[in-house]
Amino acid sequence: MDFLFASIVDGLLLGFVYGIAAMGLTLIWGVMNVINLAHGPIIALGMFGVYLIFTMLGLNPYIGIVLVAVLGLLLGMLIYYVAVHRVINAPHLSTLLATFSINMIIIGLGTAVFSASPRNVDFSLGSITLGPITLLGSRVVAAIASMLITGGLYAFLYKTRQGRYIRAVANNRDAAELMGVPSTQILALSFGLGTMLAAVAGALIATFFPFTILAGGVYELKSFVIGVLGGLGNPVGALFGGLILGVLEGIIPTFMPTTWVPVLEFVLFVLILLVRPQGIFGAKK
Amino acid sequence: MNGIRKYLGLILALFVVLAMAAWPMIDGKDITREVVFTMLLSVALASSLNILLGYTGYVSFGHVVFFGLGGYVGFYLMAVQDWSLWSAMLAGGLASAVLAFLLGKAILRLRGGYFALATIGINEAVRAFINNFDLFGGPVGMSLNFQVYQNYGGGAREALWMSFYVLIALTLLTVTLSYFVRSSKFGLGLLAIREDEDAAEVMGVIAPNAKTWAYVLSAVFPGILGVLFFFKNGNIEPAPAFRLHLSIEMIVMVMLGGQGTVLGPILGGAGYQRLRGFLLTNPLFKNIQLAVAGVLLLVIVLFVPAGVVGWVRQRFPKLRRVLQ
Repeated sequence: MDFLFASIVDGLLLGFVYGIAAMGLTLIWGVMNVINLAHGPIIALGMFGVYLIFTMLGLNPYIGIVLVAVLGLLLGMLIYYVAVHRVINAPHLSTLLATFSINMIIIGLGTAVFSASPRNVDFSLGSITLGPITLLGSRVVAAIASMLITGGLYAFLYKTRQGRYIRAVANNRDAAELMGVPSTQILALSFGLGTMLAAVAGALIATFFPFTILAGGVYELKSFVIGVLGGLGNPVGALFGGLILGVLEGIIPTFMPTTWVPVLEFVLFVLILLVRPQGIFGAKK
Repeated sequence: MNGIRKYLGLILALFVVLAMAAWPMIDGKDITREVVFTMLLSVALASSLNILLGYTGYVSFGHVVFFGLGGYVGFYLMAVQDWSLWSAMLAGGLASAVLAFLLGKAILRLRGGYFALATIGINEAVRAFINNFDLFGGPVGMSLNFQVYQNYGGGAREALWMSFYVLIALTLLTVTLSYFVRSSKFGLGLLAIREDEDAAEVMGVIAPNAKTWAYVLSAVFPGILGVLFFFKNGNIEPAPAFRLHLSIEMIVMVMLGGQGTVLGPILGGAGYQRLRGFLLTNPLFKNIQLAVAGVLLLVIVLFVPAGVVGWVRQRFPKLRRVLQ
């Protein structure tokens, strides 16, 4: 019983970070109906960002994450202007392939520079023992950081002018333009925010798991599952979806071999798409 | 004379495939045969995908699931049940067709991005399942006994040449299927669905059935090709069989050549593999071949969305009769 409880708590902590990654994906989908296939490599870039800042500059990884966030935002805006803007109104295939070409470019350059060998950020925060369960410090901090980021995103979307613009563009781009919202800048900003969330999630994951340049692919697929669970386009749904997935990953291995986890995840994913494509929590737009 | 003119598009397409196929037969080198094997495989896969992607307008991101599943079913029959390659290929194609039929009814209701996501999910679910499925060897997969190849021409080298001839026949069949789907009334219904599904239904196209059959037709040959590919390979494992990257490469090939045309996937598949081979062997691009391919893809998506054949058709309307 203690073991089950410990797995659930561990899964919850991890789920917060999954939630942040999925939030990045779902924000972009919600605002511009684009599935960002460069999501995984950007997560991997976040991992390498914090790794490089830690090993080359010797900075504390949590300061590194702030830097990674800023770079992620800028990278996302750059990707938007270069690859997405021209095809934003084209059929789905175009945006899927445009973002996939970014995926290929990042992975291609990344493997050339970093090779595919595994890295890790050698930084420990120790662990906390609460009764029967022991928690890794880095995971607790990651979960807290994820909550703060979610809160920050909400404050931004609901309390600032830019945030209101984003919601207006998500709701109806044409009408927002007529009201004088600079829609191109807002779309670029949204894409930047989505990329920033992905990079930060990668950076947080790097503080407790080893990784390679290809590691983002797994989290990209997880983000799809979570995004659909919570309803594509719904950031808070993504956080809850992340928690659900984290708990599932914690519980399932206690009574089944771990290798069955992805089977159940993807079956669940396809079933939700079929039965309730708006997600468990419904897309709020 | 009129008959030839009518089928000019098909004749040209088949001629291009045959010209590629003739290359290793003329120079007789094993290395050329391997290069052309990859090209023809890509042509056949891209032409199959084109039935769904180009004609019907549904973006399947997980089409490799049919290649992998067909391959697995056929390989199991050959390695464990001692079936011949021929019956195993039929069984592999059938397995993929059945899977497509069952899935088609369910997931083809989804549109746009949701359909694409569902196909990714299905590929990953099947891969994860096969990884745990002991009958198919789980994560280690299965291997063929080397003796098997003696039944196909005497030795491993003869069996490789035989696989190549079989692939030529399969590629020609796929291209012919693609042509006849496009020029049939059924194909016209698919094109209508691509342009506007609701309007197509109003005009009397029974969209759910038409889409399902397009899905089945686009799945059959990948299944058969999977059996042939893994027969030649000698072993099968979950990761190479359900490689999501191959799915996306198939889409790139279709886009490169021109989606919705018969000739496009042929040129796209062959061209993509030639380019990839060039980048992989070129000392300058060897390490960044993926990035170079990515830049190229981006340029095509942004500036030539109709692909090579589509672009030529737009520029030179007179060639439309030939370039189908």
